[in-house]
Amino acid sequence: MGSVIRIGLSWGGSLTGILLFVALWEWGSLNYGSFLLPGPRDALASIQRFWQQGELWEAVWATTWRAMTGFALASFAGLVLGLIAGLSRTLGRALEPVSTVLLGIPPIAWIVLAILWFGSGSMAAIYTVAATTLPVTFAGAQIGACTLDKRLQEMGDVFRVPGWMRLWDFYLPHIVSYVFPALITALGVAWKVTVMAELFATEEGVGAGLAMARVNLDTAGAMAWIMVVVALLLIAEHGFLRPLQKKMEPWRQGVTREKTC
Amino acid sequence: MLNLRNASLELGPNKILEAVSLCVQPGESVCLVGPSGCGKTSLLRLAAGLVENSSGLVENGFACTAGVFQEPRLLPWRRMLENIALGLKARGVPRRERLDKARELADSVGLAGKYTLFPHELSGGMQQRVALARALAVGADFLLLDEPFSALDVGLRNEAQELVQHLVVERGIASLLVTHDLTEALRLAHRVVVISGSPGKIVYEHQVNEPFGSRTQTWLYEAAADLLRQPVVNECFLYKPHSEVA
Repeated sequence: MGSVIRIGLSWGGSLTGILLFVALWEWGSLNYGSFLLPGPRDALASIQRFWQQGELWEAVWATTWRAMTGFALASFAGLVLGLIAGLSRTLGRALEPVSTVLLGIPPIAWIVLAILWFGSGSMAAIYTVAATTLPVTFAGAQIGACTLDKRLQEMGDVFRVPGWMRLWDFYLPHIVSYVFPALITALGVAWKVTVMAELFATEEGVGAGLAMARVNLDTAGAMAWIMVVVALLLIAEHGFLRPLQKKMEPWRQGVTREKTC
Repeated sequence: MLNLRNASLELGPNKILEAVSLCVQPGESVCLVGPSGCGKTSLLRLAAGLVENSSGLVENGFACTAGVFQEPRLLPWRRMLENIALGLKARGVPRRERLDKARELADSVGLAGKYTLFPHELSGGMQQRVALARALAVGADFLLLDEPFSALDVGLRNEAQELVQHLVVERGIASLLVTHDLTEALRLAHRVVVISGSPGKIVYEHQVNEPFGSRTQTWLYEAAADLLRQPVVNECFLYKPHSEVA
């Protein structure tokens, strides 16, 4: 019973925030007119229109698979490289500046390069996503790998724990807690960059829809696409990544529950 | 057996131990006592092979050495049984077999029924017992114990000492226990070795001949007092106003 109330309260809290935001939006729309700032109802009407025209699912699917493929590639590569960089100081020193340089390159520059290298199309978008999210997951994994408690490592020495087991029982569970926040950040970046890449490089997808809305001066349509991207991001984070984290870190739930009580 | 002959340890510019000669026979329980910072833990690390001696000789002839540290050092993401079975997993014992063995040991240290709890769900005393069970699980014939009870309160400490007495000393597992508590050393040792100074040196050795069964509370206090009557021991344990000023 208590947990039902608690969940209800937490959902109620989030809902209040969202409703407040929507109200502010509606107020702005009434103030500035629906051409400059179309209200939430106009945006919803546009989403319905896209749906009826069959554009919605096509765009959602195109954007989702590009974002997810790029994200998956970057996560995997970042995790492996970060782990190696965290374990070996020499490699860490060599790779860290590379990661900083990559982090410093603006996504828009990657898009231009990607279009030049791969031509317009999905490949350019996927590449851009992978290149921009890689440094984020790399940094998470690296910090995770080099912050494992020295005392645990010493314990491993005393019990003669072999290398593979150190990786599996010592490093990976520890790194997970650093990598997940990084992955969640990277996921947000992935969606945004995908949409941006699509704006320039593809004919379908949410970004292409936004480009179309710009050409047609369809502000309500642009708002509608923004709502779609935000919804996709929320679904990916709360429907996939966070449940996965809970499943992978059962020991941490108890810790956090103790802390919040 | 463990054999240290004239072993010295230097870490950077600091000399930690100087010319320490110490021998632990199979089945023998040796307790190292001494003031804080005299190199007791370093001596243990030397015996465990975690650090290299800078001169002299360190030989560990025991087949299997395991350790219990000052803190439990359990893997926070593994359940209790898996933590106990850690050393067995490292030796390639199949999962079923090692978990059976871990369950048996958990029962023997009084943790029956808590098999699936994570370390943070156990109290400090329980965590330390898990650490002891983990060390026993690998079938060690030599245990290194580094002030394993120092973080426990009096009652729990007494309980833990009893466990070590029954599961380690009386079963003939050789042990080297570091403590700063003289009565604890007298309760568990065949031999008490006092280290003091900087760099640390062995300043006194004391053979305890009283059988474990008759080491009562009163006897322990008297034996500790006897030991403190030795000038060298007294000097390293009692408050010295002159050195405080210096």
